Amino acid sequence: MADLGRAALIVSFGLALWALVAGIAGAKANRRLLVDSARNALIACFVSTFVASAILASALVRHDFTFTYVASHTSHDLPTLYSLSAFWGGQEGSLLLWLLILSAYAAVTVTLNKRLLRDLIAWTVPVFAGIATFFSFILVAVSSPFVTQSRAVDGAGLTPSLQNPYMVAHPPMLYLGYVGLTVPFAFAAGALLSRQADERWLIATRRWTLLAWMFLGFGQLLGSHWAYVEVGWGGYYAWDPVENAALMPWLVATAFLHSVMIQERKGMLKIWNVVLVSLAFELSVFGTFLTRSGVINSIHSFAKSSIGPWFLVFVCITTIFSTTLILTRMPLLRARTKLESALSREATFLYNNLLLVALSLTILWGVLFPVLTQIFIGESKTIGRPYYDFFLRAFGLPLLLLMGIGPLIAWRRASVRSLLTTLRWPMSVAIIAGIGLVIAGAGSSYPGLIAYTFCAFVLTTIVVEVVRGTRATGSLTELVGRNRRRYGGYVVHFAIVMLAIGIAGSSAYGTTKEQFLNPGQTMTVAGYHVTYKKLEVEKGATSSETRAVLTFTGKATGTLKSGTNAYFADGSSSREVGIHTNWLRAEDLYVIFDQKQGGGVYFKVLVKPLVNLIWIAGIIFVIGSLVALWPDAREQKKLVARLALARA
Amino acid sequence: MTSLVLGAILAAGAVLLTAMPFIQHADNLNAPLDGPTPEQERRIAVIEERDRALSALKELEFDHRTGKIDDTDYRTLVGPLRRTAADALRIIDEGAAKE
Repeated sequence: MADLGRAALIVSFGLALWALVAGIAGAKANRRLLVDSARNALIACFVSTFVASAILASALVRHDFTFTYVASHTSHDLPTLYSLSAFWGGQEGSLLLWLLILSAYAAVTVTLNKRLLRDLIAWTVPVFAGIATFFSFILVAVSSPFVTQSRAVDGAGLTPSLQNPYMVAHPPMLYLGYVGLTVPFAFAAGALLSRQADERWLIATRRWTLLAWMFLGFGQLLGSHWAYVEVGWGGYYAWDPVENAALMPWLVATAFLHSVMIQERKGMLKIWNVVLVSLAFELSVFGTFLTRSGVINSIHSFAKSSIGPWFLVFVCITTIFSTTLILTRMPLLRARTKLESALSREATFLYNNLLLVALSLTILWGVLFPVLTQIFIGESKTIGRPYYDFFLRAFGLPLLLLMGIGPLIAWRRASVRSLLTTLRWPMSVAIIAGIGLVIAGAGSSYPGLIAYTFCAFVLTTIVVEVVRGTRATGSLTELVGRNRRRYGGYVVHFAIVMLAIGIAGSSAYGTTKEQFLNPGQTMTVAGYHVTYKKLEVEKGATSSETRAVLTFTGKATGTLKSGTNAYFADGSSSREVGIHTNWLRAEDLYVIFDQKQGGGVYFKVLVKPLVNLIWIAGIIFVIGSLVALWPDAREQKKLVARLALARA
Repeated sequence: MTSLVLGAILAAGAVLLTAMPFIQHADNLNAPLDGPTPEQERRIAVIEERDRALSALKELEFDHRTGKIDDTDYRTLVGPLRRTAADALRIIDEGAAKE
């Protein structure tokens, strides 16, 4: 079946190439049949890539070790679910997943808009096709998942840390997000290439952008939870380059989702929006490059290979393409209206955009710093956590504040008088919350105190907005139904507040203590009395499991186990942390088995207040995003009506 | 052998789908794209302007009712927005009348 897989990929490559060439020729020469043929080729590209993917998935589940990829990433004893997740556990499979998702997005979005945006689609297809051509070429010529070998007795298995339910969902979520950002990019490029700078591309791609943004955001939270429970260092975000690679496009896409509202309402920021869309796309490809090239040391670089230079060339080409396109189409994108006041909703969106992009670029600088220092001074220097934490506070806290102010300011222009009137409730609650927090002892961390005060401000803003809106319309259901995007957005804001409370609580007010304990000894950490009882060693099917049994009393009572797994297959080991969740406080007691010495063990015990709000925030974030992106027939009708009226 | 046959079927299906527009419209191979004419593009821009002004008016009403805009600001802002919407509607109507 490997031959069929290879053939399917060659067919995909041929189809993508045809879609690129015929698409450009058709669009340039104004030939409808060529354009339609290119579009059909893109749809067929999805079908053939799906066939290739099904063959690989089947080989993984059947443990067909004649496939080198299957032998490298699975073994007989690997459960079926993890065998399937090995699809994205290695480089070749990940690239195939990229192509599969890309061709699926392309086929669906192009088909859905083929009538309404025919002129624009003519140029969108070659953009999608160009990207698909690159990935299918890499899969055919550089890094194929269908390389075969003589049948091995058993495979190497999947990296132990990837054998986790979160790793089944986290990478596909990220890919759905990364690749999804291609949709607004392809449509924006299509609009510019066809010299159609109207809003149709925005309306056509709005929900797809939101969908990609939701996947990227939720995927990151899943990854954070995986790091928290599986990597076992006590944190959930390490500012690792690969983690940052997913955060950067998400931040830029967040900026776009806000600034696009200004373009819709005032016809402004057209240049800025295409810059954001292009930047988000470039950063998503750059993220794949970082993960797969091994150019920067990362705990997530599971596969290092020679595809780095190919990706670098691709990033350079697409960057030059989008920059040239924007520069040459600048006259089309100039706005005819101006910002009416620095005190308006659109102005706050603009400030939030600047902060989001500045944060993203600051992170990019931190990610690139080791490479740049290696190039220019011959020595790789890494930027540490303090750098990122500083800029997260410097940009993140004002962003939090703007999240509270923005919804209360009117569009176009607001007077100081009316603003102060609308702000009186949130400001009062924030001041009372701040004073209360100082009295409660939260003043030990100024960033934490400021974050909590701002969170109180934002939460009150959301409540005030919903209450006033309900009063004005007479019903909450009608209020949300009339503007799902806005109220879905407020649910997302609520999730971000939960996230901020969780991050501030667990980082600014967390407690860590390291101590050597012999059996029977107790240590006390932030109100928990943790006693080391005994050591258990058990031989499992794939690993030797060492577990320290501990009991705890104080704020809560119970037993937990913390230890290590030593894997037989590759001699690697993993930490298996013990976590007790106190749901009343949303707090975790987190025990790391650090090192065994004689009969005793060095334990690292962390108490992480409110950390569980971060995971709850993930669920709320998805709910809010779904409310905002749920298809709205009115928008499609609007688009149809515009075109019909224009053609009447 | 099975792989070869299945691969050939896949390739043939792909070629057929790709060639379908030419097969279906063999009598009109040089059919142009059905994109908007410059006049239609201008109309789309005016319609966008109208929709923008109408939704801005709706937003303004809502902001006024929820207290984000006081009466003075409301009166200052509502006039120009109504004029923009009316201008756009007039241009669209004039265009329709000419047709």
